[in-house]
Parts: sequence; C-alpha cells; structure tokens
Amino acid sequence: MTTATIAPPVRPGLLSRCAPVISAEWTKLRTLRGPRAMLIAGFVAVVGGGALLTFFINRNFNSLPGDAPFEPVRSSFGGLVLGQLAMVMLGVTMIGGEYASGMIRATLAAVPERGLLLAAKSLVLTAVTLAAGLVTAFSTFFVGQAMLGKHGVGIGDPNVLRAVLGGAFYLTLIALFSLGVTTILRRQTLALGILMPFFFLISGILQAIPGVTKATQFLPDQAGQKFLQIHHQSKDAFGPWTGALITMAWVALALLGAWVTLRRRDASAAS
Amino acid sequence: MIELQQLTKRYGDRLAVDDLTFTIPTGLVTGFLGPNGAGKSTTMRMILGLDRPTSGRVLVNAIRYDQLVAPLTHVGALLEAKAAQSGRSAYNHLLWLARSNRIPDRRVGEVLDAVGLQDVARKRIGGFSLGMGQRLGIAAALLGDPEVLLFDEPVNGLDPEGIVWIRTLMKSLAAEGRTVFVSSHLMSEMALTADHLIVIGHGRLLADLPMGEFIDRNSRSHVRMVTEQPEALMDALDGEAVAYRRGADGAFEAVGVEPGRIAKLASRHGLVLTELSLQRASLEEAFMEMTADAVEYHAGPATGAAVKAPAAPAHEQRKQG
Repeated sequence: MTTATIAPPVRPGLLSRCAPVISAEWTKLRTLRGPRAMLIAGFVAVVGGGALLTFFINRNFNSLPGDAPFEPVRSSFGGLVLGQLAMVMLGVTMIGGEYASGMIRATLAAVPERGLLLAAKSLVLTAVTLAAGLVTAFSTFFVGQAMLGKHGVGIGDPNVLRAVLGGAFYLTLIALFSLGVTTILRRQTLALGILMPFFFLISGILQAIPGVTKATQFLPDQAGQKFLQIHHQSKDAFGPWTGALITMAWVALALLGAWVTLRRRDASAAS
Repeated sequence: MIELQQLTKRYGDRLAVDDLTFTIPTGLVTGFLGPNGAGKSTTMRMILGLDRPTSGRVLVNAIRYDQLVAPLTHVGALLEAKAAQSGRSAYNHLLWLARSNRIPDRRVGEVLDAVGLQDVARKRIGGFSLGMGQRLGIAAALLGDPEVLLFDEPVNGLDPEGIVWIRTLMKSLAAEGRTVFVSSHLMSEMALTADHLIVIGHGRLLADLPMGEFIDRNSRSHVRMVTEQPEALMDALDGEAVAYRRGADGAFEAVGVEPGRIAKLASRHGLVLTELSLQRASLEEAFMEMTADAVEYHAGPATGAAVKAPAAPAHEQRKQG
C-alpha cells in the first residue's frame, strides 16, 4: 500500500483546461428550451415596453411634467425593468437548475476544479447575454427613436452610442449578478424569490421613499441604469461611468462570494 | 486504485464517517455494505471530491480526485438516479458530460447502445422511468471508459429485470479488469455479485474481507433431520453426545456436526431419516447482527464487553488491512 503522495501528473495549462468546460457549459445552455425562451421574452419585453412608452411620450410630449432634460435613450429602454427579469431568470437557472435537479453533482464530478467551473459559466453567460443584449439594445433604441419622431436622437449624437451599448452591458451584468447570488444561496427557488421581486418591485419602491432615494442610487440596478442617460440630472449622485463601476463592483462581489461558496461547500444543494 | 486514509466526515456533532481506512481492491466487484445512514453515500461523495472530508483523505491513483485530468476517464459514478435536468434529452445530457472531459462525441452513442437507451436517446429525461434514469446514470458512468466504477445503491427501486441486468453488468465490468465499488444495504444482493466486502456501521469500518471468508465466518450452519422415529433418533443422538434441539415443525437441528456423521449414525441404529440437510443461516442475518453490534457498541459502553466479541473479526481485519 502506497501512502506517500506521488507528484500529480503535469496538468495542462489554464486555457486548455478551460476549453472543454466552456464547451460543456455552452452545450448545457443550448440543449434546454428555457434559455432561448428567456432571451426572446427579454427582447420582446424591452423592445415592446420601450415602443409603448415612447409612443405615448411622443403623443403627450408637451404636457410632460418636470423641467429635467428629456432622456430619449432611457425612454426607449422603458421595458428594461420588465425585460431584465429574463436576464435574472437566465442567470439563476444557469446554476440553480443544477442544484434543483441534483445535476450539480454530475457537473462537479466531471469538473472538480470549481473556480474553473464558475469562470466557464460566467464566460458563457456573458457571451450569450451580451449578444442578445446588443440585439435587444439596438432594436429598442431604433424602434424607440422612430416612435419619438422629432423628439428622438440619432446614434451619432453625443453620448448616445455609449448609452445604447450601456443598455446591452447592463443586461449582461444583471445576469452575472444573478448567477453569483444563486451560487451563494445554492437554491433556485430562493434565488428567484429574492432577485425577481427585488429588481421588479423593491428597488423601485425604495427609490420612491423620499429619505432613501439618494442611497438607492447605489443599488446594482439603479447604478447601472445611469448608463442609459445622456444628460446629467440634478438628482444624480454620480455620473454614468461611476454608475457602471458600482454595478460591476456588485457583480464582482457576487461572483467572489460564489467562488468562495463553491470552493468551500459540499456539492449538495443547501437544505 | 482508490485508497481511503483515516477518512472522517462530521456534520455538526454527528459523525457520518468515522476514521475509515481501506483500499478498494482492483479488478473486483467490492460490495460496500451498511444499513441506511451508515455513511456509504457520504463516503462515495468524498471519493469523488463532492463533499470535503473533515479530516483524512482519499487518493485515486495516488492523487486527489480534484487533481485528476479528465476525471471521468478514471472514475465513473452512479450516485443517484436522474442527477440530470429533466428538460434535456438523454443524448444531450451525455453530450455535455463528454465535452467536459474531452471524450469524443461518438462515445455518447456507444454508451447509449450499451445500456439499451438508443431508442429514447432524443427523448426528454423528464419522461424517463426510474429504471431508464438508472440506465442513463450508468451510461454516464461508462462514458469515459474508466477503470474504476462507483455505484451507489444501483438496484434501488428497479424491477427484477433491471436488477438482473445490473448484476450481470457489474460482473462483466469486473471481468474486463475494471474495479467496481457498489454500495448496498442488502446483504443478499451483495452475496450474488460481490467478490469482496467492506462493511460499515455508523461510519465505522466493521469488516474488510473476501466474500467467501465472510460467508465462512458468518454462516452458522446446522444439520436438519426429519424422521418418523423421533424417540429412537433422540436416543441415538444422546448416545453419541450430539447436541440438538427440536425445531417448530418437529424436525431435529444439530449444530457442529457434519451431515455425513449423522447419516452413518442413523445407519448404525437402523433409523430412517426422511430428510437430512445442511442449513445455512442467511447472510442477511449475519450482516444485521454485525451492524447491530456496532450500533450497541456505540450506544452503551457498559455492555461493551458483551457485544465486542462478535465484532472481533472486523478488528482483526482492520489491523491486517
């Protein structure tokens, strides 16, 4: 009986260890109907919501209240609050579905290097949501500006391209944040139960409470949505780039927590 | 080769696996036996690096599981039926597994054929029966053509046909030179398939020995006799100092005597035995007695001396192993 540890065989480099895991995660994602349906639903919600909002803004433009500068890009993203829920669901199910079904054990037996697994999942999720996000963002922008007519802006106008691209990145960041939170919680239903109402309702409600409005700007969704503005608004605590950094910091925190959880905890779902 | 070294897993104040040290013999079917809750599944999860040992370690081919390159090509495991997402087809489930370990795609078709799922390969796993789910799990285990296979309670919930299929499969895998490590809480099932036995109770090693040796040690046999001349038989047995007792149906049961000796004895006394047979106590009973002792041994140290004796073989084995 050999009790001494023999030096492990030389492992292939990070890139060649990564490739099969990315391939596996991509195969998982494309072989379920859910993810595709979520991306389509997200597209329909964002573009549809944006079209509806911009249509009514254009009809009632002169009777709009307030003296803040009009945000034509942000208006065309009027369906974002609803549409981002599709990204939340995609991020949650990316690993939550594995905990719910018990497949996480098969995954971790096949890919015991857990940091690598999380990196591969994040990468595939980023690629997919960014591609879908770009299509969604440009579609809703052009549809929305068409609806706004003379109140709309062109893609070449100052800050506009930055804001539209920001919309696409925002969707990706929300999906990644959801992936991280779900990995920490290790339960799909719990993650959905926390994230969906948070992004759809709670964040908006908090924003409307006078005393905490300032603070809610730092929440992951509200900070990120600053990136859709092309003007500085008087109530803003920070500009679009700071907003993007704050949301990225939330995502980094969630993924760091996910990495620590995944490395430390046993493979079974939390009970 | 898989070696467990002082493997221990603690959940809060409960010891699920307690200082397990053994080596799984290569090229054999090894039965991993213990009552429900004995720590079998926890041990198997630790072998696969899924659960972290509180202390001790498991080495697969002399390294930790998580250091293996393409682990599915070294160890294949069936942990539970349907550890798969219901919305995916059987083919696609195996496909992502294959991709994750650089196993060629054609293996997916091969293992689906091997387990008889080729006709439902494109069907959603959600519609599978328990038996089909079990076959899919076995296909996943075979995917990387590994030299070691772990099966956790593979016959649970299967119909008789499925049970026979799994038994045959495990034996043929071992015949190919592979190491098969299969857990069960049924001694009778292991008696039919295993070459070697590892018994645990309450997370502790109780026995680690070849199947034949377990049978020899634990099957206390007796000779059963039926006759129409009971008085004459009693006289004859008493005359030769053979200890016996009467069974419920009036048959005689003698311990520590060969059937041949009884036959000669009957012949000398001109007795007619209408039945003379060697009866073996069931292995299931021997196994239950062994594990029950472990439970008592844990619960009450006051009775320790009395119950320690039957567990002695396990302790001897541990020293040898």
